[in-house]
Amino acid sequence: MHALILRYYRNKLSKILTMKSNYYKLSVLVVLFLFSCKNEVQNTTNKKQTKTKTEYKGQSAVKAGKGEDANILQVAMSLPDFSTLVTAVKAAGVEDALVNAGPLTVFAPTNAAFNKLPKGTVETLVKPENKVKLGFILKNHVAPANYPMKQLKKEAKKGRKLYMASGKYLVVEKKEDGIYVGGTKILKSVKVSNGWIHVIEDVLVPSDK
Amino acid sequence: MNTYIKSLFLFVITTFFLISCGPPTSKKNSNSKGAIAGNAAEKVYVAPGDHDSHYAFISGGFSGQLAVYGLPSGRLFRVIPVFSQDPEKGYGYSEETKPMLMTSHGFVPWGDSHHPDISQTQGSVDGRWVFINENNTPRIARISLKTFETEEIIEIPNSAGNHSSSFVTENSEYVVAGTRFSVPFPQRDMSIKDMKGNFSGALSFLKINQETGRMNIDFQIKMPGFNYDLSHPGRGKSHGWFFFSTYNTEEANSLMEVNASQNDKDFIAAINWKKIAEYVKNGGGKKVPARYTHNVWNDDTHNATSTMEKEVLVVEPKDVPGAIFFLPTAKSPHGCDVDPTGEYIIGNGKLAAQMTIHSFTKMLKAIEDKAFDGDAYGIPIIKFDAVNYGTLDQPGLGPLHTEFDTRGNAYTTFFISSEVVKWNVKDLKVIDRHKVYYSVGHLMIPGGNSRTPDDKYLVAMNKITKDRYLPTGPEVCQSAQLFDISGEKMELLLDFPTIGEPHYAAGIAADKIAPKTTKIYKLEDNKHPYGVKSEAETKVVRKGKEVHIYMTMIRSHFSPDNIEGVKVGDKVFFHVTNLEQDYDVPHGISMIGAQTSELLIMPGRTTTFTWEPKNVGVWPFYCTDFCSALHQEMQGYVRVSPSNSNIKISYTLDGDIPGEDDL
Repeated sequence: MHALILRYYRNKLSKILTMKSNYYKLSVLVVLFLFSCKNEVQNTTNKKQTKTKTEYKGQSAVKAGKGEDANILQVAMSLPDFSTLVTAVKAAGVEDALVNAGPLTVFAPTNAAFNKLPKGTVETLVKPENKVKLGFILKNHVAPANYPMKQLKKEAKKGRKLYMASGKYLVVEKKEDGIYVGGTKILKSVKVSNGWIHVIEDVLVPSDK
Repeated sequence: MNTYIKSLFLFVITTFFLISCGPPTSKKNSNSKGAIAGNAAEKVYVAPGDHDSHYAFISGGFSGQLAVYGLPSGRLFRVIPVFSQDPEKGYGYSEETKPMLMTSHGFVPWGDSHHPDISQTQGSVDGRWVFINENNTPRIARISLKTFETEEIIEIPNSAGNHSSSFVTENSEYVVAGTRFSVPFPQRDMSIKDMKGNFSGALSFLKINQETGRMNIDFQIKMPGFNYDLSHPGRGKSHGWFFFSTYNTEEANSLMEVNASQNDKDFIAAINWKKIAEYVKNGGGKKVPARYTHNVWNDDTHNATSTMEKEVLVVEPKDVPGAIFFLPTAKSPHGCDVDPTGEYIIGNGKLAAQMTIHSFTKMLKAIEDKAFDGDAYGIPIIKFDAVNYGTLDQPGLGPLHTEFDTRGNAYTTFFISSEVVKWNVKDLKVIDRHKVYYSVGHLMIPGGNSRTPDDKYLVAMNKITKDRYLPTGPEVCQSAQLFDISGEKMELLLDFPTIGEPHYAAGIAADKIAPKTTKIYKLEDNKHPYGVKSEAETKVVRKGKEVHIYMTMIRSHFSPDNIEGVKVGDKVFFHVTNLEQDYDVPHGISMIGAQTSELLIMPGRTTTFTWEPKNVGVWPFYCTDFCSALHQEMQGYVRVSPSNSNIKISYTLDGDIPGEDDL
């Protein structure tokens, strides 16, 4: 699977290098780490027959048992208000990372949040050629840590920033009407088996550098 | 002695004869390739991510544990700690599990496990529990096949060398124990040479509660002082009877390898347990003083308790006429096996040149006709010809154990000639024989001790490994071998290494267990007295010299993680609750200098270890199980002050007292 990732990144290497961004280098490391359960499907084709070898599914294929809490991906997929987010996650191929032991805190934009973006943005981002860019945006919504609401309030009080999987930092603020992260308000919080989901009303588009 | 020399001579001659037929050889290249058919690899290959079709619970023998393997792959999935401490899981080290290893002799940290047997319903293995006996300090354990944890261990009084155990009846009414070494009953100070007629052999029948699985000794039969070696229940038509092999009917007490082999025939004891249970139910038997522990695990409180029992109900054979008989069986029978129909009772005389096959139908008729040949200590001995169905002559050397398929065939292991022999029970004809590598003891066919064997695979468990694997110094792992027995000929598929001694095993189709296994312990059901359900409840409490830490763990921190006010000379209890509710996310904890244990704690569980700090300083603790991306960050500190320090207990997480930092 690492071979796949390396191949994947060899193709993108020039782009990344030309950007000369430390953030990008960091994000590559994070991706390598988070992607360690990447799906790999091996197809062997010859002239006479098409034989599909055993399909090694990633961790996102593991079903939750009776009495267990659902994980981030399972919760997101169960709620219609996150259908755009789920579509984007699938397009970026990061499903397996969202079910990982983590711990992870995901700031999950609603469908309405995505609709606030300029027209055509989502449609463009989900195209295969924009996979890296989309992945980068999504990773800007994921903190590799456990941040329940109580902890976020504490971060705000102590002025600590959240380090995101994109390699960027988000500011947490306590305002009169609630807690804001990256300038957008947290509407609701859900405890999941591998961390927390905080619902937000804007997409956290990372700055380019 | 003359007879002995003659029989030894015969033995040696037979050995030469049989060995010339097809000896196991240590010339590896010549035998291993020949023994393996071309597609054996395909038959045992379980692709990555796929599951095995069967569970095999293989005794760890002198390790005292029970190991879980998959068939046909032979992969080891788990070692279930039963009679020995297990540092991997903290079993027998944590405060909660220590009572599981208490006995009337005190805390026994290392046992000798022997014969696992799976609970049954209507003559078929049902996957509720697996029982296993401890030989050295006689005990029977019950293991849940939902949690794969030992839930109960009961000691067997008046017993020594609990070998003919722990086999279950076909509706799990009873699980039995029998003493391999006859002993004074009750124990007393007496001369060893006065053994004959003064020792007894206890056969114990433990009733099983069908809801909870709880065992209790319903009655003990005070049998003559022979050695009760192995046993199996009747089934189908013989349900209600239990059969125990005996040796040392000579009642010798020294150089047993010679003196216990004088008689041409020993016995299989046939016990009508239904009759005795009825007798006991109607007030029969006598309660006598005894001391034995009964250790029970409670899944709600996450704690084991050990209770010392004070008495046991004893039945004298003479008081229940018509319930116990002896069936003469050739020379020191070891295995005592009953075929799936319940008709044939097979005695494997380990020193005999033939195997003895008794008929249950003939036995009932002989009892009716009183076809007896005297008695032993008042127990009628049935005439050999009146009970014997036939003998299998010269099948191999050193027969030990027999299991069955559903097609009327028996499979018997031969220790000395290192082979498994397949033979037809009705015809008494050998069909096939296959070498094993080397010196096989037990064999196992899934459901082998039941009316319905699941007869695709056979596992031979070997006592000697020699050159089968890469050498690892003088001690090499012991070995099991997997055979495909679906065809006419047995086919050797695989060698796989085992833990300890693979003494005996029980197997079952995976779908009878896998869907019902426990994934997590529900936090809301946690009734541990020191358990907490959230970080807000975590605290540290001093009670004199004891300090109790109510701690939680979740990815990726402990709460509290900074503790001060502990002093040299304190006894610190870490009561640690894993708050996770996610499958396969245990956390571990270890404290520098802790001499009781490190712990591995399953989601929803609370477990305790103690720490008695000896040195002043600031000492770290950390998570020992790689739980998450921030596993390395999962740690904390305890400040230890001098014993005369005035520093009060304090504890924090991220600078605040847990539960008091809500903004």
